Amino acid sequence: MNNLNDNIPLLEVRNLSKHFGPIKALNDLSMVVRRGEVVAVVGDNGAGKTTLIKALSGVYRPTAGELLLNGKPAIFSNPQQAREEGIETIYQDLALADNLSIGANIFLGREPMRRAFGFLPVLDRRKMAEAACSTMALLDFHVSRTETPVSNFSGGQRQAVAIGRAVYWDAQILIMDEPTAALGVPEQRKVLSLIHKLKAQGRGVIFVSHNLQDIFAVSDRIVVLRRGVLAGERQISETNHDEVVKLMVGG
Amino acid sequence: MKQIITENIPTAPSKHVAPQADHADGTRTVMRYVADLRAWLFLAMLILGFEVWSRFSFGGTFVLNPFNLQSIAIFAVAPLLLAMGQTFVIIAGGIDLSAGFVMGLAAVVAAHVINWANPIMPMPMAVLTGTIAAVMLAGVPGMVNGLLVSRLKVPPFIGTLGMFGVARGVAFLLAGGTTVPVNNSFFAGLGNGRILSVPYIVILAAIFVLLMHYVLSYTRFGQHNYAIGASAQAARRAGININSHLLRLYILSGFCAGLAGVLYAARFSAGAAQAGEPLLLDCVAAVVIGGASLFGGSGTILGTVAGAFVIAVIQYGLVFTNVAPFWQFISVGVVIIISVLIDQTQRRMSGGRISE
Repeated sequence: MNNLNDNIPLLEVRNLSKHFGPIKALNDLSMVVRRGEVVAVVGDNGAGKTTLIKALSGVYRPTAGELLLNGKPAIFSNPQQAREEGIETIYQDLALADNLSIGANIFLGREPMRRAFGFLPVLDRRKMAEAACSTMALLDFHVSRTETPVSNFSGGQRQAVAIGRAVYWDAQILIMDEPTAALGVPEQRKVLSLIHKLKAQGRGVIFVSHNLQDIFAVSDRIVVLRRGVLAGERQISETNHDEVVKLMVGG
Repeated sequence: MKQIITENIPTAPSKHVAPQADHADGTRTVMRYVADLRAWLFLAMLILGFEVWSRFSFGGTFVLNPFNLQSIAIFAVAPLLLAMGQTFVIIAGGIDLSAGFVMGLAAVVAAHVINWANPIMPMPMAVLTGTIAAVMLAGVPGMVNGLLVSRLKVPPFIGTLGMFGVARGVAFLLAGGTTVPVNNSFFAGLGNGRILSVPYIVILAAIFVLLMHYVLSYTRFGQHNYAIGASAQAARRAGININSHLLRLYILSGFCAGLAGVLYAARFSAGAAQAGEPLLLDCVAAVVIGGASLFGGSGTILGTVAGAFVIAVIQYGLVFTNVAPFWQFISVGVVIIISVLIDQTQRRMSGGRISE
């Protein structure tokens, strides 16, 4: 990676606001995400985390402010656009079709086709299976039976499939909403190690969580929101649980 | 922290890391196979049962008798065609209760149109015109169903129940409350003729089944159908247009019912509004016995074929062995219940799974 790319942040949020009538769900927020950086976003309920995610992923149009991707201004009018620009959001419910294989989930909505007997268009299942194997291998999840529906996999593995889909389509920024919330402890560790993998691959991760332990284990920086405004931003190495909690509750 | 940052990007499947193996325990796999193949198991047991019964009571064979096979196949055609559309709809998590009377409507329309066309064009052309008119018209109630379910968010059970009533009324009105005879020898030949002792309508149905199998298992439409049945939310987030998919889905079900109606009219040289009345439950049963779940997301065309034959074998077999016809209802009902129980057991076993 050259210096130019290192200096321009992957994503820059400038003075972003989202108002719903008189309610200022998000007000004048600025933050950056650099390559290979994990930025945690924390805050109490109603602090504006969800509004921020939705503004970044194209669900909401911001009331004011702008987004810059690799230094260039970007406006998303729907989630598909954000996805095409390389911002992938992984929601808590993962949005997987449980009855389909990993490959079919990766390609859901944009399935590859081939011609059988030279004329009949059919789904290219082999390509889907191969993509599933190679993509999941990047996440250290070695798939042996590629036709198994994802409902057979554990919570952490399903999380890996959702991440794998984003990786396959070359997402540069992954927004993860409470990725460890519904998992047992060993599975949580796996997800954290997946986040390390994404970081090592030079992607940016926005990690929204309530779990300070996970945040301190995986993040580089932490952005604290309170009632829609930035309450503080700290390098993980220069802060501790107490300080973050104080910022969250406004002590 | 340091060692993580300096960690290399894995380029190839790196075997040195302990793999997170995907796994499934043996009993669950066996149960899944049983659940997937239950229709074929039922079919094999039924055929075996009737064979034994027939040999003991009549000293003759049941299954090796070509006349029996022909009759069973003809029995199966109409419910099978209805069940094709129903398979798609049920996999997507819906149901089409109007299918039976849409079939009746199509039979009446085919009869009327062929009668109208007979004097002004050659017989095969009249049949073709009638067929196209009936199938296209059967797409209209399908389209209304699709619009109700997709745009107006009416639950499929209620929306198609309404269309059940409308199609029934319109069919009886068009038929004038009676059956509409068709006078077209080409049409009658199509409905009753055979080649190498295989009836034409069975060949037509088989071609249609293959086409539907292709659409469900090898196209994007089929793939999206499974995805929508499992999680509409996931499908929507993946950029699938659910409204237009549902619309096409119910139109497809209407077309299937239309084709069933035309073949019915060909077989009896008459269109009758009540043609599909007893077939609605048969076609839903065929889909469920065939391995589909009424919760959506699972099912196959080949399973439905087996399900339709299970019902046809029960119905014909009990006639053949001279049992009071009411036993048909009881047997089909019992098979449906067993089939759903197998599905539930399999579902519970895979749903109760916790990560290692």
